[in-house]
Amino acid sequence: MNEVSLDREFALSLLTDMLRIRRMEEKSAELYGAGKIRGFLHLYIGEEACAVGVLHAMAEEDNIVATYREHGHALVRGISMKAIMAEMFGKKEGCSGGRGGSMHLFDAKSRFYGGNAIVGGGLPLAMGLGLADKLQNISRVTICFFGEGAMAEGVFHETMNLAALWRLPVLFCCENNLYAMGTALSRSESQTDLCAKAAAFNVPTLSVDGMDVTAVYETAKLAAEQVRSGHGPYFLEVRTYRFRAHSMFDPDLYRDKTEIEDWKKRGPIHSFSQRLKAQGMLNEEGFLALDARVGEEVSAAVDYAEAGSWEPVEDLLQDVVSPEANP
Amino acid sequence: MKISYREAMREAMREALATDPRVFLMGEDVGRYGGSYAVSKGFLEEFGPERIRDTPLSELAFVGAGIGAALGGMRPIVEVMTVNFSLLALDQIVNSAAALRHMSGGQFSVPLVIRMTTGAGRQLAAQHSHSLENWYAHVPGIRVLAPATIADARGMLAPALADPDPVIIFEHAQLYNMEDELRNDWQCDIGTARVRREGSQVSLITYGGSLPKTMQAATELAEAGISAEVVDLRVLRPLDSETIIASVQKTRRAVVVDEGWRSGSLAAEISARIMEQAFYELDAPVERVCSEEVPIPYAKHLEEAALPQVFKIVSAAKAVMGKS
Ligand SMILES: Cc1ncc(C[n+]2csc(CCOP(=O)(O)OP(=O)(O)O)c2C)c(N)n1
Repeated sequence: MNEVSLDREFALSLLTDMLRIRRMEEKSAELYGAGKIRGFLHLYIGEEACAVGVLHAMAEEDNIVATYREHGHALVRGISMKAIMAEMFGKKEGCSGGRGGSMHLFDAKSRFYGGNAIVGGGLPLAMGLGLADKLQNISRVTICFFGEGAMAEGVFHETMNLAALWRLPVLFCCENNLYAMGTALSRSESQTDLCAKAAAFNVPTLSVDGMDVTAVYETAKLAAEQVRSGHGPYFLEVRTYRFRAHSMFDPDLYRDKTEIEDWKKRGPIHSFSQRLKAQGMLNEEGFLALDARVGEEVSAAVDYAEAGSWEPVEDLLQDVVSPEANP
Repeated sequence: MKISYREAMREAMREALATDPRVFLMGEDVGRYGGSYAVSKGFLEEFGPERIRDTPLSELAFVGAGIGAALGGMRPIVEVMTVNFSLLALDQIVNSAAALRHMSGGQFSVPLVIRMTTGAGRQLAAQHSHSLENWYAHVPGIRVLAPATIADARGMLAPALADPDPVIIFEHAQLYNMEDELRNDWQCDIGTARVRREGSQVSLITYGGSLPKTMQAATELAEAGISAEVVDLRVLRPLDSETIIASVQKTRRAVVVDEGWRSGSLAAEISARIMEQAFYELDAPVERVCSEEVPIPYAKHLEEAALPQVFKIVSAAKAVMGKS
């Protein structure tokens, strides 16, 4: 068990954020069963250390681009659990006004550019955000999350090449959970060493154990510093695993149950709280108290979503084009 | 025996795979996962990984590979998960599949079948719900099919595979669980529209996922004393003008129901053909019931408001009848 060298308060904030994601999503799954949340719901359970580790290493002014499996990223980035839950309910008070749902969380205030459900769709967009910053001499990093499945898309290759060619300030963060829906990495990539693929574009790379939140944090920090200091893009592979099915529609028949169980033993929340306990930073009561506080936040978010309002149907055509357009 | 649309499609593919060694299926998660809409469930075990090919997330490449394989003597069935994702492969479909015969002066054929789901209704929001059939129906060189009944789900694939040119089959996601009796006469052509219900006062012209809604509307109209005929286009390119016009000449009124957005829709094309070919026989201007011009929103009530619905079809039909 490696020593946690972070100060206690910070370490506990990492744990808290992972728990907030976990409990929010467990509740979402339940609410899906109850018909309160609909559409596609992709849970991040098991992968919490990625978003938490990486986003704690970023600065407030940085840009975030994420996928349809983005509840955790949105939450850690500072979108309130209430606004996320309301969005999943389809309520007006949701962070996308109820128009987006689970797959399309957005928040301009926290520079959270979604919530993209076209695999690979966020990659060029992130590069463009980096281009805008470079052209305006703004010192900012754009962080782009995507799954390893996206690396088979042509747009991944086109984006990496351009970002490297133009030395754009983008941190590409691949959350490698080994499966793209039912397709295992080894059955979709001729080169399964993802860093080797990215390195072909002359981009520096790092790979990290995504079950270890402190390792993710340290590595992301290093990578982000490189990007921030003008060295161009960086590719970070976070090796992780999703404990749940791909979506609520997935019968999950393509993985060995023992494989799932083995990964669960290394679960990011469980392993980190064990480490904190071993180092005397946390005891069981402390953990339970923390969990109870998170539980209250979840309940409050659900109440908020329940109490939220339905946008009037008369507003259907709003926000298709800008109300300020004056042709 | 009743079977579902999904099972009918599966039976059609199973038959093709079992009887023609040139046929193979490829696409994302068609094998081990069993198909994202479970259409190819069990195929991997039955036909093996050579013929049931899971592809990486590479729509442009594997659709293009289907074109190449078709050129090279195979009869590929390529499955694209949804029409929204097919946009990543649009270049290969439009610039290669559709154009190769013509560009080569008739030397090359692309006997390829591309299947994809389309349509809204499951709160999947703006990147999973669109009806872009008309984008493909716009392009010369491809045939576009929209099976909307169990019999067509069972029957359309075989003639599509026999077609020397590329064929796109649109399966509306809302139809997969629909069940019906599969009668013995399911074998069909892929060139004509069908009258699904005879009527004398107004023609309701539709296709795909809107057919069940339109049939329901016709029932409600009958209860209100209006005799509606329902025309199922089945084939979106080339359009069977003859059947459409014959129906309109009989009823003298038409409502076109189309889940695509109104501007530049297939409904617009049909309406134009009616103007061109039956203008003087019309008793009222053609009405259209289309999707509202908004990316499909997530919230249920807004999604429903954005789409054609039975009550909208009924009121459009009453409007052309001069009743409200
Ligand atoms: C262009 C495109 N093709 C297919 C899909 C359907 N799809 C959604 S998620 C997914 C798997 C993606 O896997 P990965 O990128 O590894 O991310 P993960 O879901 O594992 O987080 C697929 C095939 C899609 N959304 N977009």
